[in-house]
Amino acid sequence: MSWARKDLLGIAELSPEEIGLILDTAESFREVAERPIKKVPTLRGRTVINLFFEASTRTRSSFEIAEKRLSADSMNFSASSSALVKGESLIDTAMNLQAMSPDLIVIRHGFPGAPHLLARHLPAGIINAGDGAHEHPTQALLDAATIRRHKGKIEGLKVSIIGDIEHSRVVRSNIHLLTKMGAEVTVAGPYTLMPPGIEALGARVSYSLDEALDGADVVMMLRIQLERQGRMRVPSVKEYFKLFGLQAQHLARANKDVIVMHPGPMNRGVEISSEVADGPYSVILEQVENGVAVRMAVLYLLSGAQGESR
Amino acid sequence: MSSDRWVLRGGRVVDPSQDLDGFFDLLVEDGCVSKIEESLSAPEGCEVFDATGLVICPGLVDMHVHFREPGQEYKESIETGSRAAAAGGFTAVACMANTDPVNDKRSVTAHIVAEAERFGYARVHPIGAVSKGMAGEELAEIGEMVRAGAVAVSDDGLPVKNAELMRRALLYARHFDIPVIQHAEDLDLTGTGVMHEGEVSTRLGLPGIPGSSEDVVVARDLILTEDSGGRYHVAHLSTARSLDMVRQAKAKGMAVTCEVTPHHLLLTDETIAEMEFSSDTKMKPPLRSESDRQALLAGLVDGTIDAIASDHAPHHPDEKAVEFSCSPFGILGLETTLSLCLDRLVRSGTLTLTRLVELLSTGPARILGLEAGSLAVGRPADITVFDSERRVVIDKDHFQSKSRNTPFEGWKLQGGSVVTFVGGRKVSL
Ligand SMILES: [Zn+2]
Repeated sequence: MSWARKDLLGIAELSPEEIGLILDTAESFREVAERPIKKVPTLRGRTVINLFFEASTRTRSSFEIAEKRLSADSMNFSASSSALVKGESLIDTAMNLQAMSPDLIVIRHGFPGAPHLLARHLPAGIINAGDGAHEHPTQALLDAATIRRHKGKIEGLKVSIIGDIEHSRVVRSNIHLLTKMGAEVTVAGPYTLMPPGIEALGARVSYSLDEALDGADVVMMLRIQLERQGRMRVPSVKEYFKLFGLQAQHLARANKDVIVMHPGPMNRGVEISSEVADGPYSVILEQVENGVAVRMAVLYLLSGAQGESR
Repeated sequence: MSSDRWVLRGGRVVDPSQDLDGFFDLLVEDGCVSKIEESLSAPEGCEVFDATGLVICPGLVDMHVHFREPGQEYKESIETGSRAAAAGGFTAVACMANTDPVNDKRSVTAHIVAEAERFGYARVHPIGAVSKGMAGEELAEIGEMVRAGAVAVSDDGLPVKNAELMRRALLYARHFDIPVIQHAEDLDLTGTGVMHEGEVSTRLGLPGIPGSSEDVVVARDLILTEDSGGRYHVAHLSTARSLDMVRQAKAKGMAVTCEVTPHHLLLTDETIAEMEFSSDTKMKPPLRSESDRQALLAGLVDGTIDAIASDHAPHHPDEKAVEFSCSPFGILGLETTLSLCLDRLVRSGTLTLTRLVELLSTGPARILGLEAGSLAVGRPADITVFDSERRVVIDKDHFQSKSRNTPFEGWKLQGGSVVTFVGGRKVSL
């Protein structure tokens, strides 16, 4: 199949075939990382702007490396998305960037729907690199790539995602992707961080770490930011770790070949113990590696270069 | 206002105040309805308005609009707001006090009345603030504002948060027999919320405003209303549970009324997803769930709901052309309400035309104690004439309002093409 979308705004609107295409393409780009000269000319002469309204070292560097390996001309633009900082409007900023005729714009923004606003106003292809608590499609894709490499498939797997479900864009994109590909997804976390109606996205809900781990093939831990969500949600880091922090002894409940994932950045001793993070089940660093390949695939497919010779 | 003489001939007259639905001619003299009979000959020098094929009803009353004057005339002014009212078929509106300065004193109230009379597109009835500066601390000079023309009090835009202030306002307003109108919202429960909390907010990752944010305030206020014996009106009621509480209060015989907006009757939180985070779907209270919407429709039919009001809330296009989370709350309503209601509530079979006129005219007029809402002989000739068959397409570029924030752009509807008479004078825009 070929890619037909101008933008990658979320996983929700993708078909399993489109997801499969990105993952297969990413697989073929992995090989580039193993070359002594890690660069292909695929996007030579194309311009990509990385527009980051939120600090995000890892996602931005991952996109940057992907762009460089594809030989694209890339440019970084950082700004603040805080509503309190009254500056240029998002549309004005975007119009200015459009004047540089970028082929693609990668946007990270604190508010849901910001990439959609750009997509409506600009001819450039828009890649959502995380919009508030809405979606983070390339993260879900790299998670899927990682799962596929370890399990050979996604269909039929039991995946448990644990932590602050309410404020996580990673969890939403992952539920969409994993259920479309036939996995069984369980989300677990405190009652006070569980958004209403999450079941409607296709996930099973649990409020117990042990229950969520039962028979799991994949465990994804989410970053918890109590300083952001306020003390009305969870009284302390210590108490959170006791209820939902993943420690080695918990993994006995999971499948014996379970893999443990984390989108990063990790809070050791808060949502995950170092023993688990650095332990034999952890695939956290592989996720980072797969992130580059998946982003290369997305950039390549959205650039329209697919129709041309590689 | 001038007092032309008119005969409106051949129209279908729908007037719930007199249980009237049939073909009558109307004679209008000295600003009032002077005759209503099956067939009238036009007296000498009288203009004739041919209403064949049209519906004639008591002038529509929108009891909840924001005209932004004084202070934010770049969004709307009394002139453009009342033009929008006339274009939408309204002969009277009641405008909220959250202007800059706040309408919390006689001078501001008098300014609004004078401005509206100067233009004469529609009657504009000011609603005074409950509290000085809408600060929620001290009662505003309600009596003074009533003397200058205020017909109700409300801190709309904000809730009256302090229970003691609400209790005193309900008691004090009894002196003037006016309702206290509440924007029922618990700001702590709303928090940083920007849309209804539920499946859709979860999917979109937008912070939610739970239905309970409205319900806890309505529950509290109904207790205070019962004890105070005052008159209480819920503005833009949006949840099934608040509606149930109002239904029970009415059954007890309490002086409680409520209004709903067309957008809460026709749209849901799912619209925000369908319109891809368009800021034209952002308002307070937020678009609720489908089950809330169904409950509101039932409330229209069973009589629990007393009025349909638009909560016309103009915002400048630049203010709305931002991320959903950053946009101000509120959408326009005056120029879409009648067509939406005719097509989606009457044509669809939910309401009779008589019931719609009750909700858009007789009901709100009764709540605010206006002379409007009836075409009985002797009443002011505030009349709305419309074509219930005419096909219209909502086109915001043709709005009389200064603003453009509507989620109904491009909707194809049947019913509209209005003419209004205010005090016996045909309004021309
Ligand atoms: Zn309000």
